[in-house]
Amino acid sequence: MKKLNLFLVLCFWAVTSLQAQITEKPEYGKFAITNAKIYTVTNGIIEQGFILIDNGVITEVTAGVAKLPAGYKVINAQGKSVYPGFIDSGTLLGLREIEAVPVTNDQAEIGEFTPNMRAFTAINPASVNIPVTRVNGVTTVIAHPVNGTIAGKSTLINLFGYSPDSMAVVADAALQMEWPSSGKRGFWDQRDEKKIKEDFEKTLKNINDYWEKARFYNDMMSAYEANPKGKSKPDKNVEWDAMRPVFNGSLPVVIDVNRENDILEALKWIKEHKGIKFVLSSASEGWRVADKIAEAGVPCLVGPTLRTISRSYDNYQAPYQNAGKLHKAGVMVAIRTGETENTRNLNYNAGYAAAYGLGTEEALKAVTINPAKIFGADSKIGSLEKGKMANLMITNGDPFEPLTNIETVFINGYKIPMISRQTQLFEEYKDRDSTN
Amino acid sequence: MFKKIVLGLFVSCMMLSVAHAQQKGSVLIKNATVITAAGEDLQNTDVLIKDGIISEIGKDLKAPKGVETIDATGKYVMPGIIDAHSHLAVTRGINEWTNPVSAEVSMEDVINPNDEGMYAALAGGVTTIHVMHGSANVIGGQGETIKLRYGMNQDDLKFQGAPRTIKFALGENPTRVHGQGFGVQPRTRMGVEQIVRTTFDAAKDYKVKREAYLDEYAKWAKRKKGLEPDPVARNYRYDVINDILAGKVLVHCHSYRADEILMLMRVFNDYGVKNYTFQHVLEGFKVAPEMAKNGAHGSTFSDWWAYKFEVYYASAYNAAIMNKYGVVTSINSDSEELIRHLNHEAAKVVKYGGTSIGDAIKMITINPAKQLGIDKQVGSIEKGKQADLAIWSAHPFSIYAICEQTFVDGVSYFNRATDPDDMRLVINPEEDYKLHETAGREVDACMSGVFEFLGTATDSHSHN
Repeated sequence: MKKLNLFLVLCFWAVTSLQAQITEKPEYGKFAITNAKIYTVTNGIIEQGFILIDNGVITEVTAGVAKLPAGYKVINAQGKSVYPGFIDSGTLLGLREIEAVPVTNDQAEIGEFTPNMRAFTAINPASVNIPVTRVNGVTTVIAHPVNGTIAGKSTLINLFGYSPDSMAVVADAALQMEWPSSGKRGFWDQRDEKKIKEDFEKTLKNINDYWEKARFYNDMMSAYEANPKGKSKPDKNVEWDAMRPVFNGSLPVVIDVNRENDILEALKWIKEHKGIKFVLSSASEGWRVADKIAEAGVPCLVGPTLRTISRSYDNYQAPYQNAGKLHKAGVMVAIRTGETENTRNLNYNAGYAAAYGLGTEEALKAVTINPAKIFGADSKIGSLEKGKMANLMITNGDPFEPLTNIETVFINGYKIPMISRQTQLFEEYKDRDSTN
Repeated sequence: MFKKIVLGLFVSCMMLSVAHAQQKGSVLIKNATVITAAGEDLQNTDVLIKDGIISEIGKDLKAPKGVETIDATGKYVMPGIIDAHSHLAVTRGINEWTNPVSAEVSMEDVINPNDEGMYAALAGGVTTIHVMHGSANVIGGQGETIKLRYGMNQDDLKFQGAPRTIKFALGENPTRVHGQGFGVQPRTRMGVEQIVRTTFDAAKDYKVKREAYLDEYAKWAKRKKGLEPDPVARNYRYDVINDILAGKVLVHCHSYRADEILMLMRVFNDYGVKNYTFQHVLEGFKVAPEMAKNGAHGSTFSDWWAYKFEVYYASAYNAAIMNKYGVVTSINSDSEELIRHLNHEAAKVVKYGGTSIGDAIKMITINPAKQLGIDKQVGSIEKGKQADLAIWSAHPFSIYAICEQTFVDGVSYFNRATDPDDMRLVINPEEDYKLHETAGREVDACMSGVFEFLGTATDSHSHN
């Protein structure tokens, strides 16, 4: 009897340890993707060509047939298309696991001004949401904090890696800010117009005061650093210290803003702060003031595209057309989903923008090279070019189409297993009747 | 005199309903690819609609005198999309959440015909929606199936002949509201089962007593001798429950986890309830063989998951697996955003799990029609059916396909070519910016109104 028990325990152990091996390992090394239609994004479309990948880096992208040196694993992509990995310019991926379970939400620290918070710190590389996203061709995302007015720094991460360090493309990508709204906050908001205006002005004053202190701190520190002789070092302030890269123009400021009036106020404010890189985000009513945004030369992280109209008298297509109208006015456009677990739908948010005015080519840029440029990562990602990080996907068609399958994904040169918990559940349950 | 007044009222009501008689249209659509949802697609085919009914499908059809012809060469015609789970067109408040059982209330009474969200849905090729009660109670209120005859009044939106429906809800929502919120059963999935069984038993007992009383009263009323029998008051709640048990009201049950799906099927087998639909049913794929065996239907999202714990082990492959096992499966929206592109939601079922395009089309047409008991009237393009359909610029599963025109009963309620911006029916001069743009899954979409009151919303960034 004891022997039987031991046997059962061993069986159980064998089965569970087999299940515990939940992912295949990715492959790394030298790859040749041959006979492919290549959407380079920055150098047009190569109808028939090949791509070489060597230890994480794209070493060749060219037309014709590859004469391969030895040692390359060949992926014959005859009849397939290759695209750069898609970049989502605004998500909570890695920060939030399950929205309704507060202990799994790490995107919102307490405080109105918390520029020292870093999304990078709280990225959970093992989030179940991550593999679900990347097998759809989204290889890279901005994950950003959301609390208060200045929430902290967003991070630009690849969706593969065992640590935030190995995932990060730009560990601190931008300072994330939410513009105070000059309107009602909800149907429950009983404030009259005068009170709303007062509240807005008060919030704006708080922002300006805080901003000026941070700027002064930066000037003071810079002056000290330039000539420390005979001076005592000023005390460090972690919050303002975190904002120093903003003032030397190396860290962009992303302002989340939606209403027409709020966008105009934000643009006015931006104009008053020279020498800083600003970016607008969400911008659901960007199309109403597209010319003004273009004039200010501020890029826009538009989206989600798939949202309802912001005013009941607007045309039903307004949200779909937003990105296209901004682009036509001359604004550099990137697309964001604002999503967590369904960031995989970036493809369709881009697809709707493409179908309603932006066009397929520009929509492709809006999820590849444009965000790469906006976040200062275009030397590394955003297109299929020699010397760039191997972030790409092989598809059987246009990745904006819901019927298209994403067949192979490379992230940072790793050929990742096309597995997520959802595919594992599919494999387990699709033939359930065969086992019981 | 009293009789005359009643008769007069009756006649004037009749006249009123005649005055508001629903419009029926006639039109000939020429040379389209017709996706019928009842067999193969038909190439270069004409569809003739007469007085709101599909009267002929074929080649070289001629338009009767005075009937408009639309050239649909290179375009696609598909049946109007049917959304088996919607909360559009409701005057605020979809949850009568004050009791774990609220079967007596009905969405019929709160339909708001002025909701411009209906127009956006029409622009996505949707023609019929199932307006549901929320999911705060184990046995919620009754639903209402309406056609999107945008611009008509409350009565004229009704889908004539659609069976009555009712919402049930299992799992986190009723246990949060009643157990966690009020400290009464159900706090657990065990409690949820007992609420259903207790309510069914009480309703059956009530029926026996009520009928016995009515019999006795009828006997007594003939002679009016002796004591009048003690009355057993009418109970609207139990009347509705008894209609469920008699098969007159179709149950649509909010559910997520496999165990609770199995539980309700067990209970329904015990009480003889048939022909029901699990809504959301995100773990339906885990118990698809059992659902198929019991004839339970499934109405789900294409890919939403992980917004709450009970959907963390869900999968976009759900619909494909349920369909494979023979469960009548539909794709629904439960959202004023998602309802605008259910065609692309259905397309994802092909991508996730390899369902055929034909079966995926059925998931937004004839299958939801079956779940709502209206498949004899709508849900496919077949001779004799009601002419609810839409014309698309390309195959509706392409992201580039744009809905150009939508017909309900042969009447065009959406035409992109002449579409004006402002489609409000009622203008609120105070209104400026809508404060609830919808995007993505709202955690508590079916819980609207509840947590605002209870004050237990945990995340300032969730909409409801």
